[in-house]
Amino acid sequence: MLLYLLRRIVYAIPIAVAVGFVCFMLVQIAPGDPINAIVPPDAPADVVEQVRKDYGLDKPLPIQFGLWLWKVCHGDLGRSLATGRPVWSDLSSAIGNTLTLAVCASLLGFALGCLLGGIAGTFRGSFADRIATTLAVAGVSVPHYWLGMVLVVIFSVQLNWLPAMGAGPGGSADWSWDWEHIRHLILPMVTLSVIPMGIVTRTVRGLVAEIMNQEFITALRAKGLSTWTIFLHVVKNAAPNALAVMGLQLGYLMGGSILVETVFSWPGTGLLLNSAIFQRDLPVLQGTILVLAMFFVTLNLIVDLVQTTLDPRIKRA
Amino acid sequence: MSTVITPSAADAELAVQAVQAASRSEGYWAGVWKRLRRDPLTIVCASILLLMLLAMVFAPWIAPHDPYQGSMIRRLKPLQTPGYPLGTDELGRDILTRLLYGGRLSWFMGIMPVAFAFVIGTTLGVTAGFLGGKVNMLIMRTTDVFYAFPSVLLAVAISGALGAGIFNAILALTMVFIPQIIRVAESVTQGVRNLDFVDAARASGASGFTIVRVHVLGNVLGPIFVYSTGLISVCMIIASGLSFLGLGTKPPEPEWGLMLNTLRTAIYVQPWVAVLPGVCIFVTSICFNLLADGLRQAMDVKA
Repeated sequence: MLLYLLRRIVYAIPIAVAVGFVCFMLVQIAPGDPINAIVPPDAPADVVEQVRKDYGLDKPLPIQFGLWLWKVCHGDLGRSLATGRPVWSDLSSAIGNTLTLAVCASLLGFALGCLLGGIAGTFRGSFADRIATTLAVAGVSVPHYWLGMVLVVIFSVQLNWLPAMGAGPGGSADWSWDWEHIRHLILPMVTLSVIPMGIVTRTVRGLVAEIMNQEFITALRAKGLSTWTIFLHVVKNAAPNALAVMGLQLGYLMGGSILVETVFSWPGTGLLLNSAIFQRDLPVLQGTILVLAMFFVTLNLIVDLVQTTLDPRIKRA
Repeated sequence: MSTVITPSAADAELAVQAVQAASRSEGYWAGVWKRLRRDPLTIVCASILLLMLLAMVFAPWIAPHDPYQGSMIRRLKPLQTPGYPLGTDELGRDILTRLLYGGRLSWFMGIMPVAFAFVIGTTLGVTAGFLGGKVNMLIMRTTDVFYAFPSVLLAVAISGALGAGIFNAILALTMVFIPQIIRVAESVTQGVRNLDFVDAARASGASGFTIVRVHVLGNVLGPIFVYSTGLISVCMIIASGLSFLGLGTKPPEPEWGLMLNTLRTAIYVQPWVAVLPGVCIFVTSICFNLLADGLRQAMDVKA
């Protein structure tokens, strides 16, 4: 198994490089000269030429990629066209906010999903099962950006209970764990949690139903064990798969929170991406996508490693 | 008198029953259709989708107003305004009319990427699964790279780099779904490739192309099709999401995601009018999702 873990880690490296290449190509496929992604459009011609030489944009594409990769590995994601600041400085604070939102949303989604999925899987075909399954389908089919708007209409406009925008009082972008900030977190968190809720419900329902049908559960019942102990056995069997689904969902939420962040003006990577798209700020776009994709690659790797280590039934060589 | 049936008589009875059953059986698709008809939820969803489709196709005849013609004096009217049953938007255009017309683009952007990805993904996936070896390696490892992006992020990245526009959005979404379909196509093809009838065809001298066309495709298209139907729901949400971000359709074109975006500022004035386009996206998406579930069960495809 150690060999498998090592191989899995080594295999992640070419994937990471290739993901980097896709991000590198984003600027290349953008209409116009990639130099426009670095210098402002009104720069004089000799400056443009100088920058072209400095950035190695006069060299062939593979060498450009090498140079770019070298810089990225040293933490240099370029400079924003709009603000002139290094991309990383804006990105680092935004990532924290997105991570807070995504982690809270996936925890909530996971908790609800396990509850609904557990009930549905245990009592298959019952009324509760139908409700849980309906909620799960609704959760994966709802356009969550719209759900966010509906929640704002209900809880901010009509009831005036919760703030509709931002991550803190006065539009502050710095997160801290006090009530004022948590109030701002509730609506985006609930909005974002419906997707993992739906997916986890489906997964857990399937897992529980499958486990409950197995002979060892019948044996445990025959042995006279209490429902609680049997429940613990089911949890132990379902946990590795459920956790794996959950881990991947966290990655999807990190990448997919752009829509919800736009609705709630949540100062995270999504909002950063959104403004980068509008200002055609390609370095910010590229840097943000690169970092989010790398996060997803790493998370995939961790999930796989943890699942292999946790679940003795998985034998991989 | 005892009615003991001798084993040979019982066998004969069974054989007769089998022959009768065989003459009564209708084939695979008739069975699928029969199962679908008995599934009320799927029928309801299919009917809703059909109704929506008809409403969109006949929008010029049904719609009470012009989708582009607004008026400053009747901006943001509430629901049930006489003549404007679903209110008006921020430019005074009739919401009902724009929803009817808007469905055309939303559906187009929800279905076309999946259709393109179905064709390209099936071709590549079946090729990879059937040929194996280096070709498989090349196709599947490339797929892994695109799989390493969360789908929404990849769609936003590609269409963000290419710039706003329907064509770019469809291109981006196609890129998102190709790897997912390749994976399914490859794995089902792998499953079929080593079955006896494929070996038999090969032994009888059929060329690789003929084997794929005659023996493999018929067995893999069903599962891939069912999987792709399930993607329409996701595609519609992401496509409308791209328009919502301003990356898909451009104003003044009516499209549900874009309508949600432009009405977003109106939630303090006419909250219930502003959320209507989202209801349309939600209903369409949930119906496609349930339809795909129904198809999967009727066609007996494992998820």
